[in-house]
Amino acid sequence: MIKTTMILSKENKKTVEIDVAPNGKPLKYQDLNDKIHEIIQNGYERLILNNVCGQRFIAASLQGDFEIIINGIPGNDLGVFMDGPKIIVNGNCEDQMGNTMNDGFIIVDGDGGDVIGLSARGGKIYVKKDVGYRVGIHIKEYEHQYPIIIIGGTAGDFLGEYMAGGLIITLGLKFLPDGTIIENSHSICGGELGTGIHRGKIILRTEENLESKLGVGAKLFKLMEETKKEIEPYIKEFCEIFNIPFDLIGKKPLQVVKPISKRPFGGNYCGQYI
Amino acid sequence: MRWENYTSPSEKFRNERVFDGCGITGFINIDGTLTKGDKIIEMLEILHDRENGLGAGFAAYGIYPQYKDFYALHFLFDNDQIRLNTEDFLSSKGVVVFSEPIPTKQPSNVDKPPIVWRMFYEPKEMKSLSQDEQMVQLVMEVNEKIEGAFIMSSGKNMGVFKGNGWSHEIAEYYKIKDYEAYMWLGHSRFPTNTPGWWGGAHPFNLLGTSVVHNGEITSYGTNMRYLESFGYKCTLFTDTEVIAYLFDLLVRRHKLPIPIVSLALAPPLFSEIESMDKKYQLALKNIRATYRSAMLNGPFSIVVGQNGHIPTLIGLTDRKKLRPLIAAISEDENTIYLSSEEASFKRLMLDSSKSFKFKEIWHPRSGTAVVARLGEGLIRNGLELPFENLQLSVMGV
Amino acid sequence: MSLSHIFPTYFKIEIDRDLCKKCKRCTNHCSYGALSFNGERIVAEDDKCVACQRCVTMCPGKAIRVVRNESYLPPHGNYTRRIRNIIWAQSGNGGVLLSATGNDRPIRSIFDDLLLDACQVTNPAIDPLRETIETKVFFGRRPNKLDFSMDEGDPSKVSLKTEFYPHFEIDMPIMVGHMSLGSISYNACMAIYQASKELNILAGSGEGGLHPDFYEYGPNIISEVASGRFGVDINYLHNVAGLEIKIGQGAKPGHGGHLPGEKVNTLISQTRMIPKGSDALSPYPHHDIYSIEDLAQLIAALKEATRYKVPVGVKIAAVHNSAPIAVGIVRGGADFLTLDGFRGGTGAAPRIIRDHAGIPIELAIASVDQRLRDEGLRDEITLVAGGSIRYSADLIKAIALGADVGMCCLPVLIAMGCRMCQQCFRGLCSWGIATQNEYLVKRLDIDVARNRIINLFHSWNEELKEVLGAMGIDSVESLRSNRDRLRYIGPNPRIAEILGVKHAGE
Repeated sequence: MIKTTMILSKENKKTVEIDVAPNGKPLKYQDLNDKIHEIIQNGYERLILNNVCGQRFIAASLQGDFEIIINGIPGNDLGVFMDGPKIIVNGNCEDQMGNTMNDGFIIVDGDGGDVIGLSARGGKIYVKKDVGYRVGIHIKEYEHQYPIIIIGGTAGDFLGEYMAGGLIITLGLKFLPDGTIIENSHSICGGELGTGIHRGKIILRTEENLESKLGVGAKLFKLMEETKKEIEPYIKEFCEIFNIPFDLIGKKPLQVVKPISKRPFGGNYCGQYI
Repeated sequence: MRWENYTSPSEKFRNERVFDGCGITGFINIDGTLTKGDKIIEMLEILHDRENGLGAGFAAYGIYPQYKDFYALHFLFDNDQIRLNTEDFLSSKGVVVFSEPIPTKQPSNVDKPPIVWRMFYEPKEMKSLSQDEQMVQLVMEVNEKIEGAFIMSSGKNMGVFKGNGWSHEIAEYYKIKDYEAYMWLGHSRFPTNTPGWWGGAHPFNLLGTSVVHNGEITSYGTNMRYLESFGYKCTLFTDTEVIAYLFDLLVRRHKLPIPIVSLALAPPLFSEIESMDKKYQLALKNIRATYRSAMLNGPFSIVVGQNGHIPTLIGLTDRKKLRPLIAAISEDENTIYLSSEEASFKRLMLDSSKSFKFKEIWHPRSGTAVVARLGEGLIRNGLELPFENLQLSVMGV
Repeated sequence: MSLSHIFPTYFKIEIDRDLCKKCKRCTNHCSYGALSFNGERIVAEDDKCVACQRCVTMCPGKAIRVVRNESYLPPHGNYTRRIRNIIWAQSGNGGVLLSATGNDRPIRSIFDDLLLDACQVTNPAIDPLRETIETKVFFGRRPNKLDFSMDEGDPSKVSLKTEFYPHFEIDMPIMVGHMSLGSISYNACMAIYQASKELNILAGSGEGGLHPDFYEYGPNIISEVASGRFGVDINYLHNVAGLEIKIGQGAKPGHGGHLPGEKVNTLISQTRMIPKGSDALSPYPHHDIYSIEDLAQLIAALKEATRYKVPVGVKIAAVHNSAPIAVGIVRGGADFLTLDGFRGGTGAAPRIIRDHAGIPIELAIASVDQRLRDEGLRDEITLVAGGSIRYSADLIKAIALGADVGMCCLPVLIAMGCRMCQQCFRGLCSWGIATQNEYLVKRLDIDVARNRIINLFHSWNEELKEVLGAMGIDSVESLRSNRDRLRYIGPNPRIAEILGVKHAGE
């Protein structure tokens, strides 16, 4: 179970609960989002959605300090263009969660899909278990904005493709149904790791030799003290939210993937008067 | 009369559009009284300077009361075998209730006269298509695919009579004087370039809608391509055809009220729209936006007869008023007349045997429809501003 | 480079030594380093000259001429000088050749093979100066039909019940195509946006987001949501006339983009919302679109995000299968569709793609318009077409073939002063247009550039009205898709068939 107290603001928020499948019939996403906008306009600050079943674009472009708890399976593009709110998903997620997110916090107590955080400029996405392909693709950073994606389990191919800023951390843990947490026996990530990365960093908690998995423009580095200091608070927060003993993290080394240079393809093009 | 090219233009002129200047006229008796055909002949023949003997025609509404529940199909056939084939084809898709030649006064010296024929028809019940839709498809199919056959009209309790000749010749040939109708349209033609063909004469008809037209639609290509995307096939090489289909689309299929149809076909200028109240602006801009491809450009005046929900006579000109149209109402307010020229009305007054009197004769505004409905009278006199005398409500305003 | 691999230059800089005052102005103005002063005289290096004409224009003594280098290569009809140059360049550099502007191969223009109709006798021409001819266009999705009903009991009562999609009006059927701040300068962007606002036409943002200074021009801007998602946040999405998902660009279909970090200065950093000095890569595909249903998802996401208040469209490069792709896009919910032909412009694209990929916009308009009609979808959406609309004649023919709005970039750049030297990707534009160098950008006077764009499009619109008047049409709606008013005079009747246009004389 998630420690929601970690995430949700402590004061009593004006809360409303809705059944997204009244009489067993799931609402269409348009109607659900209309409802969410209406609820916000009516001054509510926290929303609990029950029986969510594949509805897309939940919390699309929502701004401000709003909280949504989702019980069920949200559809693609959860929190697309979102700018501030917090979302807790009690269950798994479909693809493109946090697409082009500007700010906000998405916590998933389960697996995440493909293409998580596409082009996100800010905000945090914490996924307890495994994620799919192209996670953290083209995440960026700008001024005070700095997107952070933490994955408790493992990731698929193309992790951090085109990465242009921000931070991705993969922990490689496995969560058994009885609540015990063990080391994941699967490889921590797929191939083409960080291909096209030109800013930002990917941290992988593993002893594996990742050299052969590196994509074009990506390079392995040792964890410097400075980086360790930077990332530790986020990992601690992740562990607390998902009830993971922090000691466990230290049992494997953290490897760092960063860009080789800012211009990996500089020599590939030339101009001449034809 | 020209005894050739009945069901299609001559080989030489296929795919060539026909441009014409013409005389148009029509009237409706509001109480449904039937009027003999000699009146429309008089109204039309007086416009003889507007014709050159290359096409004329009439539409008569209310002529087949005994078969009023069936589609009355008026045909031109090149020979009797094609007639039989066509009848077989139609029998496979429905029931030919009654079939007979249209009575004509055929001159004896003609080698190969057309077979002019009428059938009263009921298409088979189909779940997926209404009977009207089925008829539209059948008419399109016969006119496009059966060589030597042409359906002149396909409405209920009405018929179109047309051919290639002077209006008085066509009237005589079809014995127009013998028919009695509550609504009549007449057309005489002055085509500019081709000898024309019988099917290409006016009125143009689809189901209950008949159109007579004077002028040339410069937006033909735009309108044609718009109609094609709704399944209409423009095969007659004339711009009048598109007007008939636009009326069918907007009135029968989109169920727009006639005053709105006229705003779609001949909309006010943006500069005019922008000076109106918000609600009218919203309606008019959305009419223009939605029906931008239905807008008729170029000079035109038209008289349209319809007998769908409520039989209606409509007159409309282009918004620049490049073609003439004049309207009149009889002294007893029972008959509404439309014509290219006032001479049509004057001609009736000169007929000492009938002592016609008009309560009023007026020139409708450009781009503004005159609308007269059976049983209701003159609904729009064509002098109104777009929503004058209409109570418009727009959702959300 | 070895001496044996130096090849003749295209241009030769001629300096009239009698007229030259040695003021050295030309050396400051030449941004390509072709002119210098050696203490005694001005020295010209022909191999660096791109014939941008800056020195010629700025020389107070009119002492400079840039002429064609007459040095004659052995002629060959197949291995033209162009082909030999490509081989020399690649064997020298070993890379993918970059290029800018649009396809410059001498491929026959179909627009040039089309002739317009005019009225004689059967209908009157209209005097565009004294009678109204309308060129206003609605932009966005329309319903297939309006739900108007008349009260059965009282025919004077009519009610309109249709729910309208978001749409807006522009005063001319013209859009300045997408050129981002990055591909062109701040001053050039500002001139374009100001002119677009003044004329009430549209301008594209390019895929680089919108600098906060340009937000006030948002109502005239179609902003792009490209694969890089640069500068896309909720304020951006809400502050524009329309949103366009950029799938492809005529000059480089199937290719991404790359703005090198050294060009990402403060301005571009603010616009793209990335740190200064950071590379801006646009992935080749959108990584949330791997299939047509994914496109529908992104369209829906943008509509959700903007609460259905902003039209959402899609831009594709005109490629072989544009017609069925277009149908999929419209069925996917796009409110407008932008087609960019193979001659479309670019600030930087691999020459191999620019010169050889895609199809002509004329054919793409015709086949897309027809296919959408076959599926009964055409009239619901707005079709924007670009990819070498060079002057009003092309615009008029594009509309008659089926486009609602014509889109162009290069005429705008040429109006501002571009001489078509085709070196945009080097960022050295001596006219201050395709550069981020502040020293060069200052050369472009925003007011002058804006007024020249206004003049240009004003004249296009007047010429459009002249043609409409001659055709007896008083509103541009009735020209759109009116292929009946076009005739073909080119060599290939098959083209006329695809265009749905008759041959002249028919």
